[in-house]
Amino acid sequence: MSPIPPTALNQDAAVAIPATVTSPRFRFLRSPALRKPATIGGLALLLIFVLMALLASHLEPYNPTVKSGPIYAPPSGAHLLGTDDSGADMLSLVIAGSRVSLIVGFAAALVAMIIGGAVGLLSGFFGGKTDMVLMRITDYVLVIPDIPLMIIVAALFGRRLLNIIIIIGAIYWTSTARLVRAQVKSVRERTYVKRVRAVGAGNTRLIGRHILPQVAPLLIANTVLTVAVAIFAETYITFLGLGDPSLISWGKLIENSFKGDAVLNHAWWAIVAPGVCVTLVVLACTMVGQAMEDALNPRLRVGHLSVRRFRLRSLNTGLSSE
Amino acid sequence: MRSADYVVKRILFAIVTVFVAITLNFVLFRAVPGDAVSALRCRNCTVAFKEIQRRELGLDKSKWEQYRLYVTHLLRGDFGRSLRTEQPVLGELWAPIANTMPMITLGTVFSIVIGILAGVISAWRRDTLLDKTGLYTALGFYSMPTQWLGLLMVFFVAGAIGFPTSGIRDPTLGILVPASAGTVIVDRLRHMALPALTLGLSLYGEYALITRSAMLETLGEDYVLTARAKGLKNLPIVWAHGFRNALLPIITLIALSLGTIIAGAITVEYVFSYPGIGLATVEAIDQRDWPVLQAIFLLLTVSVIVFNLIADLLYVKLDPRVVDQ
Repeated sequence: MSPIPPTALNQDAAVAIPATVTSPRFRFLRSPALRKPATIGGLALLLIFVLMALLASHLEPYNPTVKSGPIYAPPSGAHLLGTDDSGADMLSLVIAGSRVSLIVGFAAALVAMIIGGAVGLLSGFFGGKTDMVLMRITDYVLVIPDIPLMIIVAALFGRRLLNIIIIIGAIYWTSTARLVRAQVKSVRERTYVKRVRAVGAGNTRLIGRHILPQVAPLLIANTVLTVAVAIFAETYITFLGLGDPSLISWGKLIENSFKGDAVLNHAWWAIVAPGVCVTLVVLACTMVGQAMEDALNPRLRVGHLSVRRFRLRSLNTGLSSE
Repeated sequence: MRSADYVVKRILFAIVTVFVAITLNFVLFRAVPGDAVSALRCRNCTVAFKEIQRRELGLDKSKWEQYRLYVTHLLRGDFGRSLRTEQPVLGELWAPIANTMPMITLGTVFSIVIGILAGVISAWRRDTLLDKTGLYTALGFYSMPTQWLGLLMVFFVAGAIGFPTSGIRDPTLGILVPASAGTVIVDRLRHMALPALTLGLSLYGEYALITRSAMLETLGEDYVLTARAKGLKNLPIVWAHGFRNALLPIITLIALSLGTIIAGAITVEYVFSYPGIGLATVEAIDQRDWPVLQAIFLLLTVSVIVFNLIADLLYVKLDPRVVDQ
């Protein structure tokens, strides 16, 4: 990653900063954590999958919804990944599935980012009663087990993509909220924020112009980690028959291979491909998100790959990063 | 704050959380479009039966009255009746729970032992090929969807080692083979092995990563440097100075995760048709058997809350400083 030309970044700064100093907000981009081969590999993998999802309709060799060969045909020149229980081309299905899986992943993570970011900002900025109430709510959401809640809500409110996105987003915002709150609390006490306040800036301006930009990179790093969890959750819900029946996703393909007796038909290709995709994307998101967090906050020392789920759903045992 | 106050506070929080879960359960199931009974899909769900169910669930009364009824019934241990079998839910769930427990215990013990060992070895041999291999294996298993891992097991492992891939009991047992205590236990274990292995592998990655990171954290402390300066060998340092101190976060995090394992076993049991609480969940979803789903949700929530409480209390016991925070 090439260092950012400092002049471009400092144009909006009121005080002239020596050209050698990069704006602290972007200094993390120079961190060695972002140059590890694992991080770059993860980023490349993520990019490949995003491109695959964007170009899905151009990349599919066959129409994934129609029969294009014999049932459970093994991989061959015509069907690189074989066919599924209805004779549809697996490669086309996997490519088509990337679309829904990534949409769910990113959209749900976005929902979680908005809820978590808002709660964290308000809680950290205003403190006092607001903080107490919001953090109490966060504590409760943390304890309600994610999987059963997702199952129940999906079962009750119908198997639509939007529902699944909202459910996943509405469950996994808690770690974001805590992280943002801790960060906001420290930013709020910095001298420049106090000065801006003394000059007469209102709360909206303070949050929007001075606090949010400081917290944003960390918020994004955390969101990348949430993408992995959301994709994971989608395969889980879909496997239990609660996914949108009209859409192709990786979770749906895993479900199909199970329901379509791929095992009895010795059709390993129908089982392996979608699962490998999920595993790779989850791995990539974990690598990238983790590296970003390390780069942003070396003092957290969560560096050596501590576990995402526990930070997503960690408890107030003093283990969280606060 | 005294530690007794802290303990009382945590217990109160747990109790309040149970009530929050009960309320959430009530609200969610009443917020469905239509009502809980009209969505019912089952063979004996005639209009008359649905009317009886409505009356039994109190759907004809006011919301407050319904809530009061729901809570008082729960406190009496009455979870309602299954819409499918018309039997009390709690009685229906005992057998599956009894089937699930030994399986997840086996899987959990496996994952804790392997996970901690792998994590310690990784930290001990930090940045070597061994560490890298261990780390990426752990990450790999950690990133796999559990149900997919289960399918791989059925496909690639079960055939090779000749283990059963579905059910909990060999149907020919007692007919072809005499059903003595020995053969029954062996048969049970053989049926448990693959689901437990799947669950164990999907958890092991998590534990290995936790252990490794906790170990690296403690190995960076000054007292480890002192120990090295004293000329101690690497292994005693890793064991006595590193692992003993790293145990604190490891134990707490494992206790925390124990509560979620039952929920994690749902897809595993589904893949292996293992007649436990997970398979019961899947069946209840299929049939839209709300009282059963509600009871399972509560059960799983309470198990998470209880293990959280245990983790909290364990933490005070192990590290009394937490009280002062």
